[in-house]
Amino acid sequence: MGKIHEKYLRMDKMPHIWCAGCGNGIIMGAFINAIDRLGYDKDEVAAVSGIGCSGRITGYMDFNTIHTTHGRALAFATGIKLAKPRLKVFVFMGDGDAVAIGGNHLIHACRRNLDMTAVIFNNHIYGMTGGQFSPTTFKNKNATTAPYGTTDPDFDIAQLCIGAGATYVARGTSYHARLLTDLIVKGAEHPGFSIIEVITHCPVNFGRRNNFESPAQMLLWQKEHGVAARKAKTMPLEDMEGKFTIGELYRSTEIPEYLEEYGRVIQAANEEKKQ
Amino acid sequence: MGKKRFNVTVDRTICKACGICVAFCPMSVFTTDHDDKAVVSVPERCTGCRQCELLCPDFCITVVQVEETADG
Ligand SMILES: Cc1ncc(C[n+]2csc(CCOP(=O)(O)OP(=O)(O)O)c2C)c(N)n1
Ligand code: SF4
Ligand code: SF4
Ligand code: SF4
Ligand SMILES: [Mg+2]
Repeated sequence: MGKIHEKYLRMDKMPHIWCAGCGNGIIMGAFINAIDRLGYDKDEVAAVSGIGCSGRITGYMDFNTIHTTHGRALAFATGIKLAKPRLKVFVFMGDGDAVAIGGNHLIHACRRNLDMTAVIFNNHIYGMTGGQFSPTTFKNKNATTAPYGTTDPDFDIAQLCIGAGATYVARGTSYHARLLTDLIVKGAEHPGFSIIEVITHCPVNFGRRNNFESPAQMLLWQKEHGVAARKAKTMPLEDMEGKFTIGELYRSTEIPEYLEEYGRVIQAANEEKKQ
Repeated sequence: MGKKRFNVTVDRTICKACGICVAFCPMSVFTTDHDDKAVVSVPERCTGCRQCELLCPDFCITVVQVEETADG
């Protein structure tokens, strides 16, 4: 990491609590590299997280940080952005956090298009609570709550967000760490609600139950199953079976950003007061 | 053409012995010790790609360019 992490992390809180080989640390590294590249001052960044192993990220980074409640990080972040529009707001959620308990907050945040950037740590499991399956656990995988394999089809987070109206949607992995930094930079620069889904790994509560011998093997799985979105377009459909696209998946500048719309309301209210 | 050289270090006190750097260094610079922690064994092979720095989840690896030699 060179010395960048010493600038952006709360070094007195290191080593972090995440298990050996957990993807969360890699994502945190990719994120601080993105902030460094964006050149944001630490005091103009607000980092908001929900509950889960992923949610602990806000304890380790030296920005304006708030560790909120399970599933509600986006609601807190919305309030922060509306009250202090100058802040660059980033939201960190787990898959359970974002699409199980927080699913409604997620789709409505997508619909509003407020200028924030959300990073979803999709490790396909409830890591923190011991490995219960989540809405993104692939069918037939083992979890503490599915000892014979899950029966439910999984959500595609990126497609869900595109459908709900997010105006920048990308998917990365913890293995493709350089790409992840690029995607976070682009999401932050996009004026509207940006989502970056990160396919990552929980070696302890997903890997051990699903025949992954090591964290490295899980990273290798990401390397072998993530296909650049541009390349996927030219591939026969059957070759994409079981794989997923990575890179920028969707961008729109046609939908107005929420603060602009909200600004009209503030202006109208002020004019009424003057009369 | 001078050959770039790199100094690779692992902070053993925070290494969690996850094996990621060992598995993904394209030049097999790392081995492991009796606790499975990473050891920089063959630093002269390092090309400075920084894959290890990016993938270590615990921020223990530092890669610094040290010198340029004329003899390659
Ligand atoms: C309101 C509420 N319900 C349930 C919990 C228990 N709980 C804590 S973390 C978590 C799920 C964690 O999974 P995920 O969001 O995917 O995060 P990860 O740990 O995998 O990063 C649950 C159900 C809680 N803290 N609060
Ligand atoms: S339980 Fe899983 S997600 Fe949580 S820190 Fe450990 S490896 Fe990471
Ligand atoms: S920089 Fe690249 S070559 Fe050098 S030790 Fe790290 S992974 Fe290996
Ligand atoms: S990647 Fe980091 S924590 Fe894992 S073995 Fe290598 S130095 Fe240790
Ligand atoms: Mg999870």
